[in-house]
Amino acid sequence: MKNLKLIALLVIPVIFSTSCSNEDTPVNEEEVITTVTTTLVGGGQTITLTSRDLDGDGPNAPVVTVSGNLVAGTTYTGSTTFLNELADPIEDITTEIVEESLDHQIFYFLSGALGNITYSATDLDSEGNPIGLHFNFVAGTSGTTGTLTVTLRHLPNKTAPGVSEGSITNADGNTDAEVYFPITVN
Amino acid sequence: MRFLSILFFFLVGFFGYAQVTITGIISDENGLPLRDAHVHIANKTTSTDANGTYVLSGIPKGKQKLYISFIGYYAIEETIEISTDLTINRRLKLDITKLDDITIRQLSNSKSESSNEQVLKSATIEKFSNQTLGEALKEVSGVSILKTGSTIVKPVINGLHSNRVPIINNNVRLEDQQWGTEHAPNFDINAAGKITVIKGASALQYGGDAIGGIVVIEPEVIKKDTLVGKTILNLASNGMGGSLSSSIQKGNRYGWSWNALGTFKYLGDRETPDYVLSNSGNREQNFSGGIRFAQEKYNFNAMYSFYNAQIGIIKAAHIGNVNDLYNSINNQQPSVIEPFTYSIDAPKQEVQHHLAKVNYQRWLNENTSIDLQYAFQFNNRLEFDVRRSSANTNKAALDLQLATHTFLADYKTNVGSWRLKSGFNLGYQNNFANPKTGVRPLIPSYEKLDAGLYGIAVYKFDNATSLESGIRYDFSTIEATKYYLKSRWTERGYDAEFSHFIVGEEGNQWLTKPTFDYHNITANIGFRKQFHHEMEWLVNVSLASRNPNPSELFSDGLHHSTGQIELGDLRLEKEQAYKFNTTFKKDWKSFQVQLNPFINRISNFIYLQPIGFETTIRGAFPVWEFKQTEALLTGFDINTKWNISNHFSHELGMAYVNGQNLSTDEYLIDMPPFVINNKIQYKNESWFNFATELKSEVVFRQNQFPNYNFETNIIVNDALTPVMVDISSPPKGYHLLHFYSEMTFKINKKNSLTTSLSVQNIMNTTYRDYLNRQRFFVDEMGRNIQIQLKFNY
Repeated sequence: MKNLKLIALLVIPVIFSTSCSNEDTPVNEEEVITTVTTTLVGGGQTITLTSRDLDGDGPNAPVVTVSGNLVAGTTYTGSTTFLNELADPIEDITTEIVEESLDHQIFYFLSGALGNITYSATDLDSEGNPIGLHFNFVAGTSGTTGTLTVTLRHLPNKTAPGVSEGSITNADGNTDAEVYFPITVN
Repeated sequence: MRFLSILFFFLVGFFGYAQVTITGIISDENGLPLRDAHVHIANKTTSTDANGTYVLSGIPKGKQKLYISFIGYYAIEETIEISTDLTINRRLKLDITKLDDITIRQLSNSKSESSNEQVLKSATIEKFSNQTLGEALKEVSGVSILKTGSTIVKPVINGLHSNRVPIINNNVRLEDQQWGTEHAPNFDINAAGKITVIKGASALQYGGDAIGGIVVIEPEVIKKDTLVGKTILNLASNGMGGSLSSSIQKGNRYGWSWNALGTFKYLGDRETPDYVLSNSGNREQNFSGGIRFAQEKYNFNAMYSFYNAQIGIIKAAHIGNVNDLYNSINNQQPSVIEPFTYSIDAPKQEVQHHLAKVNYQRWLNENTSIDLQYAFQFNNRLEFDVRRSSANTNKAALDLQLATHTFLADYKTNVGSWRLKSGFNLGYQNNFANPKTGVRPLIPSYEKLDAGLYGIAVYKFDNATSLESGIRYDFSTIEATKYYLKSRWTERGYDAEFSHFIVGEEGNQWLTKPTFDYHNITANIGFRKQFHHEMEWLVNVSLASRNPNPSELFSDGLHHSTGQIELGDLRLEKEQAYKFNTTFKKDWKSFQVQLNPFINRISNFIYLQPIGFETTIRGAFPVWEFKQTEALLTGFDINTKWNISNHFSHELGMAYVNGQNLSTDEYLIDMPPFVINNKIQYKNESWFNFATELKSEVVFRQNQFPNYNFETNIIVNDALTPVMVDISSPPKGYHLLHFYSEMTFKINKKNSLTTSLSVQNIMNTTYRDYLNRQRFFVDEMGRNIQIQLKFNY
């Protein structure tokens, strides 16, 4: 009996001490979008708007760069790409959005009289609703400044009123990216 | 002698009838003598000595009542014809139902002599077979619950929870990542035979950090040579599912005994009065089993339990940035409502908890025992989030593996009027935060070593007065392995103070090994005084210390399940609480009152407070920082019980807490609101033990809260608008009615069937609760009708 107890006392810890060594490996961040780039092509110019946040959820705010000003009345062909530059190798999230287009939509919001944005007619998911990676931007009146807000929504309600026209108000879902670009129309 | 005899006969003659002397031995079923058994014949009473013998003289001849009782045994009540001196020997039979009480009292000598202990017995626990530990504990006034949705429930004692309320299961301190407010205790309620709530830190044998209180869970132990089984089947209308729990126990006083328990729970989406709570289903598959070998002088126990739960988190509660939070609060309508389903998608939790322990207890003599125990716990918590990429859907966003080894040694002895208890514990804990999740974990991998030493003395002046005092010393050292973003490290101001923790560099991150040592002294003193039989007064003053937990120290980013950035602080000091707790109990014949006021002054109280915003590429997130303050909690709990008649009774429970943040002159966040519970019960044993009760639960609006609202800009009707995000305002008060009724049918001597019907939230009231973390997103559950069948065999 005594021996049995001793054996039990010794064996049980061994059985359960399944080793989980503390590997000192850093997390390869897969969930983060670090870089949103919107490109506007029109009137012979290419304007690149970039928001880059290389510390992910860290305290540093995204670094926003805008390569130039828009020209009033010009129609620009726009497109937006998403990257995760923290992943190794760098991950292009745009392709993932295209693959899961039913679950994603990109919304654009212009403050003031900056102009008007409409989704490109061919940029549709398998159910015929817009994805929003491609759009047309008609620049507004000269001398206005304001903000272009680009929002990537995950699992939006694409059939809610106004959502297919690009209005975010009824879209629900949750926000995967939301960036602000300062815009000037000359 | 002769004179005495003459006097004796004279007296006998004087009274006009003969008197005799009765002697005997009272023993248990095995013939072992019972000491201090109560013997009552005619109007004379006495107790047995160590050999089980008693002598009662001066018993009048004729038909007399005989009554023998001993705690834990069936009392004997019979009428005897007495004509001469007699020897009456009786063997008492063990009462299985009463036995849990006494074995436990013997083992632990009651957990605390001088502080308020409230006990839930198995009859109450069984009512909650389909629910959770937290919901069962809510039956105790002063205990409220902190919920995440409908299924994740944590107990709150006098306003405090999580690490401030340790849970002791089967003499093992539960180590199940209890720091998290959305981490429910990993415990199958069906495995509890008795639950004791101690509202204070006075049970020093379990640790010195129970700033809120302590929950002690003990299994049912049968010390009789018998084989009993119990099966409980529950069916619930809300969630369209139920549970099945079956246990079997071979009891024995000496020799081998064993037990086994299995529980399955399967419930789908819960419903509010107006909509389905999409993804609120849960499942549990639990097992536990144990063996015990007992002899007169020693016993040996080994047990293993496995808790396995899958818990859905309401889809509407998953938010991206602060705009999503604002929309939810203002719409008061969940963003996702889908048809009822049993399936559980992300977000969800999958939690497994293993506990194995061996325990050896030896009685050195009648009054002294030694207890040795080794326990191993392994907790694996997987949290699945709505992932951006569906390729990752089946990959947990959080994977924590916590292994805990503890060794305890306890020594108990009774010397005269003194009861002494002392012991030590050693513990080693290893947490592994799996980096393969692809998400930076808030909680790092760490190793922790604990050692503690305590001594408790109780001095009984007499049966009615006792004084208790205890002291404890704990040492703890923790070494974490954590990657900090360099930007976060700098923002936190760690460069100057903690640069010695940095051991490596990886891209934009520092590899750090923060190490902290803690030395804590805790103590308590208290007394218990019984005035006559009807009144009792208990006073307890305790000093408790709690070390900051890993989430308070190391959190450094987005907490995905709450949509907020949570920042820990390596500079946090330990919390120290001075709690004064007193209880008055007054017992009239049919009316009992218990009043329990308390004052809890906590130094360096750790809490989360919003400090602003951080903008990331996902938008703006509110930043909550763990801060320390001077806190004062005051309040009271009141219970009354009124036996109106043989059939009717009434119970009242009230609880109030006031939490003050003394440093900022604000109220403390998340304090339970004032609650009044009224229960009226009707019982009639002749109708198959029929019992029915109606309970009213009134929860007032919490008007004492700090204002942590913040402003943000969101797009409303296609215009960027500044709005106030109201995260502070508590929801309205509410009133719920609950119904319960049961009947027991004896099939034969051993077998019985108890059927019960209960309805929770009879009026199908729509409400939200201040202590539910999902109150921003959804209503609480609507009406739930439950049927329970319980077979005892």
